[in-house]
Amino acid sequence: MKKMKSLSPHSWYKIFIYFVMIVFAITIVVPIAWVFLASLKTQLELNAANPWAWPEVLQWGNYVKAFEKARMGDYLINTVIVVAMALVILLVVALPCSYVLARFKFKGKKFMNLLFMAGLFINMNYIVLPIYMNLFNIDNMLGMTNFLVDNKLILAIVYASTSLPFTVYLLSGYFQSLPKAYEEAALIDGCGFFKTMTKIMIPMARPSIITVILFQFLAYWNEYMVAFTLLETDHATLSVGLRNLMQAQRSAADYGTMYAGLVIAMVPTLILYIIVQKKLTQGMSLGGLKD
Amino acid sequence: MTKKKAQARFVAACLAPALILVTLFIVIPTVQVFRYSLYQKSSFVGDETFIGFKNFQTLFNDSIFLESIQNQILIIVVITMFTIVLAIFFATLLTREEFKGKNLFRVIFYIPNILNIVIIAGIFSAIYAPSNGLLNTLLSSIGLDSLTRQWMGDPEIIIFSIIGALVWQAIGYYMVMYMASMTSIPENLYEAASLEGAGKFKQFFMITLPCIWDNIRQTLTFFVISTINLSFLFVQVNTNGQFGTQVMLNYMYSKAFSGNLGYGMAIGVITFILAFSMAGALNRVTKRDPLQF
Repeated sequence: MKKMKSLSPHSWYKIFIYFVMIVFAITIVVPIAWVFLASLKTQLELNAANPWAWPEVLQWGNYVKAFEKARMGDYLINTVIVVAMALVILLVVALPCSYVLARFKFKGKKFMNLLFMAGLFINMNYIVLPIYMNLFNIDNMLGMTNFLVDNKLILAIVYASTSLPFTVYLLSGYFQSLPKAYEEAALIDGCGFFKTMTKIMIPMARPSIITVILFQFLAYWNEYMVAFTLLETDHATLSVGLRNLMQAQRSAADYGTMYAGLVIAMVPTLILYIIVQKKLTQGMSLGGLKD
Repeated sequence: MTKKKAQARFVAACLAPALILVTLFIVIPTVQVFRYSLYQKSSFVGDETFIGFKNFQTLFNDSIFLESIQNQILIIVVITMFTIVLAIFFATLLTREEFKGKNLFRVIFYIPNILNIVIIAGIFSAIYAPSNGLLNTLLSSIGLDSLTRQWMGDPEIIIFSIIGALVWQAIGYYMVMYMASMTSIPENLYEAASLEGAGKFKQFFMITLPCIWDNIRQTLTFFVISTINLSFLFVQVNTNGQFGTQVMLNYMYSKAFSGNLGYGMAIGVITFILAFSMAGALNRVTKRDPLQF
């Protein structure tokens, strides 16, 4: 009792801070850790009244089932392909555009800036239906089925296009902040416009390019609605495959495979996050915007 | 070729790809959403008839649509309130207080934001499961049986269960945003305040809050826009609008794919207008003279 009394208000305050911090941290860490645990349980163990029990034998077979039967392996590869293509297209298109918008004077510059600003407010979820409709109709006109629809390259182009406004906004802001002396020197030395851009300016923009890649990697990797609409189940990405798996396992009552699927989809983003968390949260102050 | 011409060519070549993609995949689809909201159009191919504002007239007599607007506004308001308070609270502790493990807490709090919405839906179906869910078994084990609920089955609380999951997801993101602007507040303001005997609470309301006010206002717009989207995705994966959980974009989606594309687009237009007017109204109401220091 005496000891309790000797705690100053300051130490009580410290205890309070630790308490709320730890409680919130637990609400995040424990459910995620639980999913890892559940992915190694049998169906019987998952049906048991106590969800906190440790599995008797670790069921690595759940992962084999998730990879082979539920085809999470294929979906993983599809996701990697789409994300890689989308990032390449995005940078190839966005970098020159941002550079020119930041550095050159030309007719229609105001209009371009306004167009990209307006684009910031349009979210993919609103326009995914007309996009699907147009692709579907062009397929019909060409007399083909699933040429543009259900096409990974088209999905990547849609991803890149819809993130252009934000990326251009972020990159052109960065280009504007770079000193003009370098490119003036290069131009005087007889370096052409194109070479000045690719050899001098784009390398200098590396920090903001990395920010773009990190953010868009996570956005594309996690994207669900557009992939769900545009791709057939056979060619799905991870998040769509996961959703189908969740739907299917609920009726088949094979939750172990479902949790294994959750882990497969979650682990790459968690690893990436742990490696780059500092850059990611710093990048947010550079151009905070959420999709 | 003169230098001017070369420059004009270069500018055009750099802008053209971006302009084409934005036109094809943002401008045209957006115009189409507005256009088809005025049409009777059943499917993705074929016939369409201009019917003026008839879709909108039908909408306001459609009880599911009215429910989805109600849910949507409730979700936006409650999520914004809870997330702002908690995010500012944690951001203040992480920037203003000295204690061990600060960095670790920051890293953990941001994790939900990098998770895919399908994964979040999966995690929360384990948390909210009725008989052997994480939340209910935890409550029983600490003697709070009376608090256990059918989190995703009771129509009275299901919408708040969804809100809980989305707040959990959002706190870390906004916390990091607020931390960024809090660290730019000059330290001497706090020093002066504490010399004059202002306690932590007073410092928070007299210094921290006014200094990050502009940042908070900016995030209000994000809250409106992102909550509309995330609640759509969560509901789409989890309940698909059943049990009274319909939200606007999910209703748009389900109508468009069930033979009523024009009607779905009208729902999209209303959602658009709602988002803009809410963001605009919040912006107006929260306007204060900027603080100089």
